[in-house]
Amino acid sequence: MITSAFEYHRPSNLAGALTVLEEHGDDARVIAGGHSLIPMMKLRMADVPHLVDLQDIADLKGITVEVGTVTIGAMTTQHDLINNKALLAAAPIIHEAALQIADPQVRYMGTIGGNVANGDPGNDMPGLMQCLDATFTLVGPDGTRSVKAREFYEAAYMTEREDGEILTQISFSVTNSGFAYEKQKRKIGDYATAACAVLITKEDGKVTSASVAMTNLSDVPVLSEAAGAALVGTSCDAIAMKAAVAAALQDIDPTEDNRGPVEFKIHVAGIIISRAIARAWSRA
Amino acid sequence: MKDEVTREERVTNLKGLGSSRKRVEDARFTQGKGHYVDDINLPGMLTGDFVRSPYAHARVKSINIDAAMALDGVVAVLTAKDLEPLSLHWMPTLAGDKQMVLADGKVLFQGQEVAFVVAKDRYIAADAVDLVEVEYEELPVIVDPFKSLQSDVVLREDLDPTAPGAHGPRKHHNHIFTWEAGDEEGTNAVIDDADVVATEEMYYHRTHPCPLEPCGSVASMDKVNGKLTLYGTFQAPHVVRTVASLLSGIEEHNIRVVSPDIGGGFGNKVGVYPGYVCSIVASIVTGVPVKWVEDRMENLMSTAFARDYWMKGKISATKEGKITGLHCHVTADHGAFDACADPTKFPAGFMSICTGSYDIPIAYLGVDGVYTNKAPGGVSYRCSFRVTEAVYFIERMIEVLAIELNMDAAELRRINFIKKEQFPYDSALGWEYDSGDYHTAWDKALKAVDYEGLRKEQAERVAAFKRGETRTIMGIGLSFFTEIVGAGPVKNCDILGMGMFDSCEIRIHPTGSAIARLGTISQGQGHATTFAQILASEIGIPADSITIEEGDTDTAPYGLGTYGSRSTPVAGAATAMAGRKIRAKAQMIAAYLLEVHDDDVEFDVDRFVIKGAPERFKTMGEIAYAAYNQAIPGLEPGLEAVSYYDPPNMTYPFGAYVCVMDIDVDTGVPKINRFYALDDCGTRINPMVIEGQIHGGLTEALAVALGQEIAYDDMGNCKTATLMDFFLPTAWEVPNFETDFTVTPSPHHPIGAKGVGESPHVGGVPCFSNAVQDAFRPFGNRHTNMPHDHWRIWKTANDLGMHD
Repeated sequence: MITSAFEYHRPSNLAGALTVLEEHGDDARVIAGGHSLIPMMKLRMADVPHLVDLQDIADLKGITVEVGTVTIGAMTTQHDLINNKALLAAAPIIHEAALQIADPQVRYMGTIGGNVANGDPGNDMPGLMQCLDATFTLVGPDGTRSVKAREFYEAAYMTEREDGEILTQISFSVTNSGFAYEKQKRKIGDYATAACAVLITKEDGKVTSASVAMTNLSDVPVLSEAAGAALVGTSCDAIAMKAAVAAALQDIDPTEDNRGPVEFKIHVAGIIISRAIARAWSRA
Repeated sequence: MKDEVTREERVTNLKGLGSSRKRVEDARFTQGKGHYVDDINLPGMLTGDFVRSPYAHARVKSINIDAAMALDGVVAVLTAKDLEPLSLHWMPTLAGDKQMVLADGKVLFQGQEVAFVVAKDRYIAADAVDLVEVEYEELPVIVDPFKSLQSDVVLREDLDPTAPGAHGPRKHHNHIFTWEAGDEEGTNAVIDDADVVATEEMYYHRTHPCPLEPCGSVASMDKVNGKLTLYGTFQAPHVVRTVASLLSGIEEHNIRVVSPDIGGGFGNKVGVYPGYVCSIVASIVTGVPVKWVEDRMENLMSTAFARDYWMKGKISATKEGKITGLHCHVTADHGAFDACADPTKFPAGFMSICTGSYDIPIAYLGVDGVYTNKAPGGVSYRCSFRVTEAVYFIERMIEVLAIELNMDAAELRRINFIKKEQFPYDSALGWEYDSGDYHTAWDKALKAVDYEGLRKEQAERVAAFKRGETRTIMGIGLSFFTEIVGAGPVKNCDILGMGMFDSCEIRIHPTGSAIARLGTISQGQGHATTFAQILASEIGIPADSITIEEGDTDTAPYGLGTYGSRSTPVAGAATAMAGRKIRAKAQMIAAYLLEVHDDDVEFDVDRFVIKGAPERFKTMGEIAYAAYNQAIPGLEPGLEAVSYYDPPNMTYPFGAYVCVMDIDVDTGVPKINRFYALDDCGTRINPMVIEGQIHGGLTEALAVALGQEIAYDDMGNCKTATLMDFFLPTAWEVPNFETDFTVTPSPHHPIGAKGVGESPHVGGVPCFSNAVQDAFRPFGNRHTNMPHDHWRIWKTANDLGMHD
């Protein structure tokens, strides 16, 4: 549990960070909170000759809520997400989900940008960002581009982000939908056995839109459009719920690990999804 | 002179027995000022790190150290070949077996030590480990002890398959020993004739003590004066000194072993590990100090595990529920080497306490130890030797018998308890229980939780579940345990031939304060707090004026260390006895000072008074001063005493626990709504420290019962080598614990104390497990194995058709 030697870079602006990445290519990686990368380096599963620490880049921190859009800097910590009142009003689902990530010590260091950019299927924020239909901003040597969270994840640890790029911010629309982030885990600090983010809007007793996304039930976060569609137009009754759960389960592909076999995970996923839908509906 | 302080205030000021004195250790521990092995940095010190086997069973074809040696900063790379001339490539284990220090021709478990790299710092050492090239040839892996006993694959090629082992004949090349207690023929006859017989097989899974501080050592060989100093995470520093002397040939007076602050032991730090030996050899070879400190994964993968007992039981009873006989057979998976830490004559520890708290007329226990391709160990994780296994076994057998009898399990316990008037009680498997009052404790516990009310509530919940109104069910976990702690006596118990006595040496200073040194070593138990309290009450000097020192073999008297809840029963007794020697001399000094006969003065709290004239007295402070500044006829100057205490018997603490739990049958998630723990540890030295011990032991019990395990796949890969998968509970997972007590002093202990640190673990594991199993009992459950993690609980519900 000792890392190999590495060069430590701590640029004070984004341009500086991009320069280091450009200079060292595959040999350089950015570090945000470090909760994924540092253990991998200590296990010597990740070889990072050049580590680029982003914490001195002030532009990458902060939360703004303006004209219906929430913008969050990539280096904003989970702790900051939990304690931001404007964000609580604009997207309370973030608050509910962030409180279920690890423990306070981890949340003081862990960032939203690191959480979404790493591509770890166990991370909670990617599914949540798909649920919110968030947009990620990537800055690289060729400039700035935007990628939808729903199109960002290709496979475990494989994303749309190019090696020379840095994910700088996350934005999504303010939401007043009914919401829920439901997560089952073995213990504090564990990844989800199954987790589900749901947003539901209601008019005249009927679902007008629904978004259902899941965590750690495949090698990527899973947005189940079919599950959302199964709810729209219904009063979220038992039949609709059952159809939505059945649709969502069609979209997942969990694997066996120490949390349990596939059969168990699928069963628990069904329960967690239905509880998330029910709670979101009760708040719609 | 008028005495302004009342007698009651004088008692209070001592902070002696019964005082919830704050822990004196906490000032440094809570401020980050503890001093652990890894805090020791000596001039010129080098660091060692291991090359470990990725395979569970393989032949080592070759080891090439050239690339590692070429790395700047690498001083040495040791392999078995280097240790062989010193006869240190293997070392004896506490269980009479031997263990490879470094791989000698083959490896037998994943994570086994293959080579030891010594470098200028920890980072270079880790880099060099990657550069050591080891060529392996994989061999068939055996992780199942039953398959092991059938397999043609010889795990231990170093052993003569036909020769007996340390504990008698071996039945198979992968068999270690058979150990028996009781009367098998008689027991079988009783069971065959019984009205009711319950049988059950249960697996007590492998887990690990996982202390927060992993194991480590710093060896410093001074070649000029020939002295070796060894700092390390040792629960038994004196035994380590003796072993180090025997292994190295260095005379024992030239070895100093120091256990500094230890960040938890729980049995993990009793044995001797290859890292200790390698740090010593490396220091001898290089002539400078060498440090070895393992990381978390190394700790979980290679140092001593706990449990791994496959237990098969038969219990018989009359129709009315009076137990008539008990039969138990254990297949014990000891891993690659038999490195259990048990007293020499007890290869299955005190498993024969498995008749529990019950008056069982006849019983039999047989244990077969088996080699597999798993890490060696088998230590007592927060328990006396194998007592958790024994108590889990009997507390599950009672529950299964209750199902067989269709009887309430609380009532079944009550009618079978050993009665108060039966103590001292001779158990069918050969133990003499010193004291107990089980019925009083049980009644108090059941009343405290309103047991009848709980059963009514449970019945309503079952009905509601069956009506489809709820998806949660309720379990009521019961356990009543009797521990056996405080090994010796010397006539029965030894470690590597050293009798399991313990010791205390007291020196009173002229100004009336004192230092006491003991043969034990605290790893968080709070000895510096509680042993001073024993002394305060014995010698009348305030606990705040007494320093307790342990862990340095150059200064502390020889002792067998701290594990198996033996510190208070044995070293605590030595402390009281040494204190009484001090008091005896103080009495003579007081009588001289008061110009009366020795028999005319008596001890009173903090002084000696003239009988019938308490206004004439000498305080212990005055007596201490006189001991050093007056020539007293017939007495040597000074005030010191030493006691080596060989206990006449072990002590038998007991307790009654109740756990109330909800289980979500759809997700397998348990929720503990209530946990009540009544403990009887005899005389209570410090109620606050006891409460802390109960909380700690219950927390580890919850861990083991609900998810903590060391699991392997079929290839012998350890699947739980990090804290992501190995369950170490935090405040979030741990419920509120209600503690309670009764006091039944030990009749043979000088102050009546019994030891308590491990009771909550021993009693807690079956209580949590029984709560899970009890919840499913109305739906047809009989027994399911621990750990009751979410998926296993879910599986129980699934197997019982509760998801249909």
